[in-house]
Amino acid sequence: MALTLFVGLMLNLLPWSGAALLLRPDFLAITLLFWSIREPLRMGIGVAWGMGLMVDVADGVLFGQNALAYSLAVFIALLLHRRILMFTPWQQTFYVLLLLLALQAMTLLIRLSTGVDFIGMGYFAASVSGALLWPLLTLLLQLPQKVEPKRD
Amino acid sequence: MDHQSPPFFKRGPSPLARFAFFASLSVVLMVADAYQSYLGVLRQAVAVVVTPLQRLANSPSVLGDRISEFFISQAFLQKENSRLQQQELQHAAQLQGYQAMQAENAYLRKLLEARKQSDQTLLMTEILYAGRDPFAHKIIVDKGTTHGISAGQPVVDDVGVIGQVTRAYPFSSEVTLLTDKDQAIPIEIVRNGMRAIAFGQGQDGTLGLAFMPMNADVQPGDTVVTSGIDGVYPPGLPVAVVSKIERNAAVAFARIVCTPSAGVGLHKQVLIVTSDRRKEYEVQAAPLLAAPAKVETAKGKGKRKGESARQ
Repeated sequence: MALTLFVGLMLNLLPWSGAALLLRPDFLAITLLFWSIREPLRMGIGVAWGMGLMVDVADGVLFGQNALAYSLAVFIALLLHRRILMFTPWQQTFYVLLLLLALQAMTLLIRLSTGVDFIGMGYFAASVSGALLWPLLTLLLQLPQKVEPKRD
Repeated sequence: MDHQSPPFFKRGPSPLARFAFFASLSVVLMVADAYQSYLGVLRQAVAVVVTPLQRLANSPSVLGDRISEFFISQAFLQKENSRLQQQELQHAAQLQGYQAMQAENAYLRKLLEARKQSDQTLLMTEILYAGRDPFAHKIIVDKGTTHGISAGQPVVDDVGVIGQVTRAYPFSSEVTLLTDKDQAIPIEIVRNGMRAIAFGQGQDGTLGLAFMPMNADVQPGDTVVTSGIDGVYPPGLPVAVVSKIERNAAVAFARIVCTPSAGVGLHKQVLIVTSDRRKEYEVQAAPLLAAPAKVETAKGKGKRKGESARQ
């Protein structure tokens, strides 16, 4: 789990810029969501908060902004994890989209309160791309957990 | 009878309680960060952890650059070499004139008993990456407080001013570009010496001259340079060119739009002016500042200091 979170953070830290930056899914956020839905006992809001602080410093934004947004998303995911797991991966994607939108809306609210201009609806493109990545992520992260059935 | 849940149901505080705790913690952090500067140390501590990760994440693209540099063609190198030689000749000619002028200037300043302008020390830094915050215009460079960089120092490239260091970490620092919303820089119009303050406009990558009267003598194409009276930016550095002027009778001020002259997307290296001019100014301006302390406002502080130091 720690390894996947680390990979998520590194993917976020890659030098993205321009349109790629707007389209970039928040890898760390979806990894956090994945673990909070699959392993709610091992994943906590504190972890999400700490990762958010790291992102805050790396991005040079207001200290605590991403921390708050991440802990909000993980909190909702922890509340809803039983319900979300009942759905098929594609239906889960819809839920994840809503969660990511909530996360970005939180960040947006904080930014607007500090007095910046809204940059247009393109800002939410990252949520869509992140949600589309969900089935792939589910497949990838569950690969090591699948055990070969024993043959007699 | 007292019912106790079996230990495997115990999960500590409820998610709501945890979320409330962390949410309030981050709100406190945000407020503290926005209004005070207490968090410098905490931010630096996290930065020490994050910066190596950042370098690691950048390494694939750096490697890619190196490889493509290696396969650069001979013809391109020759062309560039001859171009650079020509440029150097031109610069050498200009430099001779500059030296003569500097000597003359020093002499005249001595005559006027004016303050001797300090030499600028420039530090070459490489841009690590453009800031990932889509709301702000920032770049991160690869030198920090350990190299003598501190917040507030101006950043320039070969054409003109780019911006200002806003946060310095031990091994990297954050530069806010002039085009960032509400990033201010005191300027002077070369043609007539009129002073004003230019503000970044945010998304469209332009600068605007604030609070200019309707009849202000500004024309499209005017070159705008730093005035140097703030004590932060050295005087005479090109900032922008006036591109558009709107004089609308409905508003009190003319709307003047400028295009920045320095190009940030074009280079991998920028220069940071590390000589701290503010200190010199504070020392010189201290006795002068004592009297008109009332007129100082938070925003006009730097400017007033500069002006009184000149008089």
